[in-house]
Amino acid sequence: MVPLSWYLILSAALFSVGLFGVLSRKNAVAILLGIELMLNAVNINLVSFWRYGDVTQMAGQVFAIIVFAVAAAEVAVGLALVISIYRRRNTVIADEIDMMKW
Amino acid sequence: MTIPQIIFLIVAAVIIGSAFKVVTSGNLIHAALWLIVTLFGVAVLYAVLDAGFLAVVQVVIYIGAIAILFIFAVMLTRKEMRDRGPQLSSAWWLSAIIAVLTFGGLVRMLQAWSGFSKIPVDLPTGFDAVGLLGTALISPNAFVLPFEVASVLLLAALVGAVYVAFNRK
Repeated sequence: MVPLSWYLILSAALFSVGLFGVLSRKNAVAILLGIELMLNAVNINLVSFWRYGDVTQMAGQVFAIIVFAVAAAEVAVGLALVISIYRRRNTVIADEIDMMKW
Repeated sequence: MTIPQIIFLIVAAVIIGSAFKVVTSGNLIHAALWLIVTLFGVAVLYAVLDAGFLAVVQVVIYIGAIAILFIFAVMLTRKEMRDRGPQLSSAWWLSAIIAVLTFGGLVRMLQAWSGFSKIPVDLPTGFDAVGLLGTALISPNAFVLPFEVASVLLLAALVGAVYVAFNRK
């Protein structure tokens, strides 16, 4: 069988790739794509800890479902903000959204 | 090398490769489509981990709703997408260093943990993961409160999204 370490290393790698996307992308939609990758890495961890621990304790899967709900909420609000900013300022580049900078 | 290990390695290679395409692809539509590949690979991992319900939810919610929402958002903001030169900011190498350090730190920290190379026990015969999950979600002794809070959060987020994106004219 596959040891737990493989899943943990895979999810650490996926998290790091998502972190790179969040930090380096200019487009606000692409930053949200990176956040989705990070949330998926967290979910892989939760489900593999459920499977490799006590399988009758469902906390891992329940928390993964709550992460799904939070991801859906986050992406709905985030994309609504991006579309609203695009409509008012005609840009989706994160560097140019600086009206609150002083 | 056993069959499950080979399956895992193939799926992991697909996940990491497509995740790299998500963060480096110049065309955002392509990035969103590569995200679908990544999400599908994660769904396969859930199925391998005996979490069949989560695999189905991953396909329905993530691929069916979230990824499609991304594609719509990219199309609605398309004019600004390709014409501003490089998609990565000028300090992308700094982000790469931070990401590599995060990965190295996580792996180093995990290696110090005693359960790192744990092997799974077989599921007991007649084990009903979906039934247990459903009971845990609505049982007052388990997770009914987080479940209800998540539903209120979703409702608030959707009302907020409609309000923010609404075109007042």
